[in-house]
Amino acid sequence: MTLLGFIAKNGLRNRRRAMLSVGSVAVSLFLLVTLLTLIREFTVPPEDVGASLRLVVRNKVSLAQPLPSRQLPVLDKIPGVIAVTPFTFFGGKFRDESFTSFAQFAVDPPRFTNLFVESRSPPKEIDAWIHDRTSCLVGMATMKRYGLNVGDRMKLTGTFYPCDLDLKIVATYEGSMDDRNVFFHHKYLDELTGNPGTIGTWWLRVASAGDAPRVIAQVNRAFENTSAEVRAETERAFQMSFVSMWGNIKVLVGSICTVVVFTLMLVTISTMSMAIRERFRELAILKALGFRRREIFSFILAESFGLAAAGGLVGIGGAWCFWHFINIQELTNGFLVYFEVTPRTMARAAVVATVLGVVSAIGPSLAVARTSVVQGLKTLD
Amino acid sequence: MADQPIVVVRDLAKLYRQGDINVTALNGVSVDIRAGEFVVLMGPSGSGKSTLLHIIAGIDRPTSGQVSVQGINVAELNESELASWRNQNVGFVFQSFNLIPVLTAEENVELPLMLTALSRKERRNQVRRALELVGLGDRCHHLPKQMSGGQEQRVAIARALVTDPPLIVADEPTGNLDAKSATDVLNILQSLSRNAGKTVIMVTHDPKAAAFGSRQLHLEKGEIVA
Repeated sequence: MTLLGFIAKNGLRNRRRAMLSVGSVAVSLFLLVTLLTLIREFTVPPEDVGASLRLVVRNKVSLAQPLPSRQLPVLDKIPGVIAVTPFTFFGGKFRDESFTSFAQFAVDPPRFTNLFVESRSPPKEIDAWIHDRTSCLVGMATMKRYGLNVGDRMKLTGTFYPCDLDLKIVATYEGSMDDRNVFFHHKYLDELTGNPGTIGTWWLRVASAGDAPRVIAQVNRAFENTSAEVRAETERAFQMSFVSMWGNIKVLVGSICTVVVFTLMLVTISTMSMAIRERFRELAILKALGFRRREIFSFILAESFGLAAAGGLVGIGGAWCFWHFINIQELTNGFLVYFEVTPRTMARAAVVATVLGVVSAIGPSLAVARTSVVQGLKTLD
Repeated sequence: MADQPIVVVRDLAKLYRQGDINVTALNGVSVDIRAGEFVVLMGPSGSGKSTLLHIIAGIDRPTSGQVSVQGINVAELNESELASWRNQNVGFVFQSFNLIPVLTAEENVELPLMLTALSRKERRNQVRRALELVGLGDRCHHLPKQMSGGQEQRVAIARALVTDPPLIVADEPTGNLDAKSATDVLNILQSLSRNAGKTVIMVTHDPKAAAFGSRQLHLEKGEIVA
């Protein structure tokens, strides 16, 4: 017999309870990993390789305030800027949906293709898009979701623009960090809105990430003391400003995580306490046979850790497998595009499992240490 | 039988506190037990015989007095030293066998050897010898629930002597056994004393069991009366 074998036999002596305990740890850690991933998805926007080179310029007063389209030549001339496009959120409703389920942006197609270089589209389709003023480029996620095909028409009902769009799908893209969006000609939007000479935001691409701080400063300076002062920032900073709107949800999900961990801790401590309490007499026998407190503590710790580790393996591994293989866009109806269980998230859950194993061993170990052999022998089986 | 006492008890006292009441379990007990003796402790319930046995075996501590086993003052050892000392010097046999239910007979007997530096093979050989000595060489792989009470107690005796300790303490070892099994167990203990030179100290209420011992000590109200 080995010590490991002895510990395993003790841990599995009540198989049903052991399985239920492992199950409760596994389910809790699955939930924890899911919630931690959800927090991550809310707080860390997805980034692709091009994101470090892209800048967003918006009205300094508010994102809702438009910018004059006459700013374009000024932006074009700033050293380090290699592409600029207007980027205006349309926010239309598709078919009979009651809300905007995917984003639509008015852009300048030739300039746009120089900005988002990482997405993949057939060149012929892109060419067709550039040359057809009422056409659009649609992400594959949206194409699949609505069963659309190239050549179909996409009618969008304006929500805050006083017009509707009737677009022809001529091109598709995939391989970006968000394959749900629809892009169409800004000129088409301008026509429908009476050429107001405004755009929503400017998106820029700089030659290198090192140029970004300088370009941001120059862009901000270029429009100082004008009627439309701007705020330039990196794409990441821009995305994070949206994330800040989730503030309370983050706290809420974080609170649920804390409750999950706390409840899990109580369940595991209770399980270990019961498992040890019913073996008090046996542990007293081990002490009588010469096993010292530290050896008894090692047994309890190993058993407790084994329980938490098995639960952790099933829960964390299960969460990774589940979220890795499931289509999150389908599951959330397009609300979430990515749901990546990162090694960091798994490591955090593993730390919780480890702490759980150690903490739940402390109480029973102290109880056993405090009990003398004679007291232990008097314990009823 | 050597004349040198292996156990020397002097002025031993043990006071318990039960709620607000002080209970005197042992009151100035002094006794010498020689190596190879089979000493039987008898007396009514609450007379202190089990307490005396526990203190000599190092699983309980006296309130005052001295207990020396093979020249070592047991009461002066700290918890860790006492645990090691028990492992090397004392074999325990309890009334309710106290085997670990999830371990086989062989594994139960092997438990005290897990604390030694013996190899796995050496441990196995020693375990087999101990089980054969108590007549259970063919029951190595049986779980306690697959054995009779008498067999379980014999496994407990094998566990008590597997480390070859000089002292074996037995607390009412026949209390849960039928007459035949009790006789088997007492014969083994007597044989260990007579043939293997082990010092056996046994607590019992049963005069028939006591007759197997080489000396009887009677306790009443915490004192040796005969």
